[in-house]
Amino acid sequence: MTKRIDHSEAASKFIAAKDHVEFHDRRLWDLRGKRDRESGALPEWESLRTLASQVKEHTLTHLAAYLEEFEANATANGAIVHWARDAAEHNQVVHGILAARGARVLVKSKSMLTDECGMRPFLEARGIEVMETDLGERIQQLDGEPPSHIVVPAVHKLRGDVARVFSSTIGTDAGNSDVHYLAESQRAHTRPYFLRADAGMTGANFAIAETGAVVVCTNEGNADLSVHLPPLYIASVGIEKVIPKVEHLGIFVRMLSRSALGSPITQLTSHFRRPRPGQEMHIVLVDNGRVERLGMADFWSSLKCIRCGACMNTCPVYRRSGGLSYGATYSGPIGVIIDPTFNLRKFSSLPFASTLNGSCTSVCPVRIDIHDQIYKWRQVIAARNQLPIVKQEAMRAAGKVLGSPRLYRAAARATATGLAQLPRALVYNPLNAWGRQREVPDAPAQTFREWYLENRKPRKKP
Amino acid sequence: MYRNRAGALPFILPHTGIRPRRALGSPVKAALFVPCYVDALFPEVGIATLALLERLGVAVEYPLEQTCCGQPMANNGCEKDAARAEALFARNFAGYDYIVAPSGSCTHHVREHLTAIPQTAAVRRVRHSTYELVEFLHDVLAVREFPWAEFRHTVGLHIGCSSLRALRLAKASEIAEPGFSKPMALLSKVAGIRFAQPSRPDECCGFGGTFSVFEEAVSARMGHDKVSDHAGAGAEYVVSGDMSCLMHQRGCAQRMGSKLKFIHIAQVLNGARS
Repeated sequence: MTKRIDHSEAASKFIAAKDHVEFHDRRLWDLRGKRDRESGALPEWESLRTLASQVKEHTLTHLAAYLEEFEANATANGAIVHWARDAAEHNQVVHGILAARGARVLVKSKSMLTDECGMRPFLEARGIEVMETDLGERIQQLDGEPPSHIVVPAVHKLRGDVARVFSSTIGTDAGNSDVHYLAESQRAHTRPYFLRADAGMTGANFAIAETGAVVVCTNEGNADLSVHLPPLYIASVGIEKVIPKVEHLGIFVRMLSRSALGSPITQLTSHFRRPRPGQEMHIVLVDNGRVERLGMADFWSSLKCIRCGACMNTCPVYRRSGGLSYGATYSGPIGVIIDPTFNLRKFSSLPFASTLNGSCTSVCPVRIDIHDQIYKWRQVIAARNQLPIVKQEAMRAAGKVLGSPRLYRAAARATATGLAQLPRALVYNPLNAWGRQREVPDAPAQTFREWYLENRKPRKKP
Repeated sequence: MYRNRAGALPFILPHTGIRPRRALGSPVKAALFVPCYVDALFPEVGIATLALLERLGVAVEYPLEQTCCGQPMANNGCEKDAARAEALFARNFAGYDYIVAPSGSCTHHVREHLTAIPQTAAVRRVRHSTYELVEFLHDVLAVREFPWAEFRHTVGLHIGCSSLRALRLAKASEIAEPGFSKPMALLSKVAGIRFAQPSRPDECCGFGGTFSVFEEAVSARMGHDKVSDHAGAGAEYVVSGDMSCLMHQRGCAQRMGSKLKFIHIAQVLNGARS
């Protein structure tokens, strides 16, 4: 049976490293603040969110037609379009393309989809060297960790951590944690790969049906180098990435980087439309559970996601637990509502890694009702008996007590007097999670109801 | 009997447009819901709520068989286990024009999530008629003066997340819209009160119901951060309409050795001096 991810346990380990959690929280809160300033500077921001949501909803409810239009236009442009039902098929298609051309070195830009499919280990096991060219993604690759954030993959690391990883992998000076030195070292290490590579790969931020173009938004220029230098280019595209027309792209381009990093736009917005002379261009359209999700009445709108990470930056739980604590490709609020569609049991603790504060929903540029979906996933998880037994029993008992005025009053009385009478050692024992870092409330002399009966209603005769 | 500034009693429920069945000019009748944790642990908050409403001329009834709204079970995914509490709630509060609760998250549960029982007309009416205290004072009674209230302290205002984003009692910092704050509008009428400016005024404090124990490390970290933010901004008191948040924050503050104090908004508006 699949093991459940224990978010709470993983988060407590992250929190134990004080410098890390403080930096992580501050860094992401800073992005949230920049996002507030940038979005607040556009008077039409909230209308843009509505518009973006409407375009996505329209596209998702006419998905087959737009995908076929995209395929036809991409094919007419000279790209070769492949369809992959799931992660395994995606990896086989990509490997097939590379193997048929004898490609041994692949340079790629950041793609959550290839992480979702587990593509890198699949290709590496078949003798293909894969070079992540995005700085954060490369740090994570060298450290043998998945990305902890969908936009800033190594945000949980301090620069000293990066110096340690780089010194043991690409030979930087272990004592030098200067940010520019580290970034420049990675750049110098990566550049020759662009020239050596047999193939380049990107994900996609958008796929435009009208033009058949794959649109990639980046800040480092590495995607463009990955596409333009090697003789073979492969784009992995989730089927939910399609939008109808170029004119719709403007809405999303205005929102993506403002939501993600609080910058008006990414440095580069590249439309990869057709292979250059002598180059081959392949586009792999991937389902991997998306069609099934589209059929879920309560959860289909999670497919509107444009992977900006704003929900993660604003999430107070994510900021204090780190992306790796979710044990999944997608972490933070959006991960919490997507991951259970991949494996309900494995990810059954994730929807409980939330206070339901709703800030994620407020920042989402495509108006996904994230915290409502978190609430609904909790209902699904309980209904399918995936709650821990202790919680299941506690809730059953609570339901009985709170469903009976007589039992409730006895419990309320016991709570009030219990707090007053229990010895401190019992209240603050290690099994009582409340008391580990918090005091319990003082015991009142009487419950409100008891006070009310004494002060507002005539006393009952004995 | 309390009348609003226009001299007439307000008679339309603002978030539903429903007209309560009540002749103009008769006193506002309301049922008081005292959430289970307030009843058992913070009776003074229930007492202040009752006294404040009575002071404002509201005819308050407290249905004696009340227990809980069902939120603890439903928020853990166990809607079915919430059904009995929800049925009791609907039965106890049936027929009232207004049901007032000094709790944002309970009010939110009743309005948005009390769905484990059949949605009869009576149940729907109970759900639509339930108000959080601040919105009842601000929107329904339209109270703008609290001449008896005086609180000569610097306070940090904490608006619980259900109150903020579900009940929309104030503008959330991440939403691009003109600023407003109903709790601030009420508190600013209290004589002598001063407000501290925490750096993250509407960051969640990390209570989250059973989140506080099942995600203890994250919850406590958030609570400690919240307390530090208020204390660092010079607050002597944290004031909130949500006692559950305050219970958590107070627990954190006491453990941290902080001198910060915590008080419910009903107590401040009812004239508590400290």
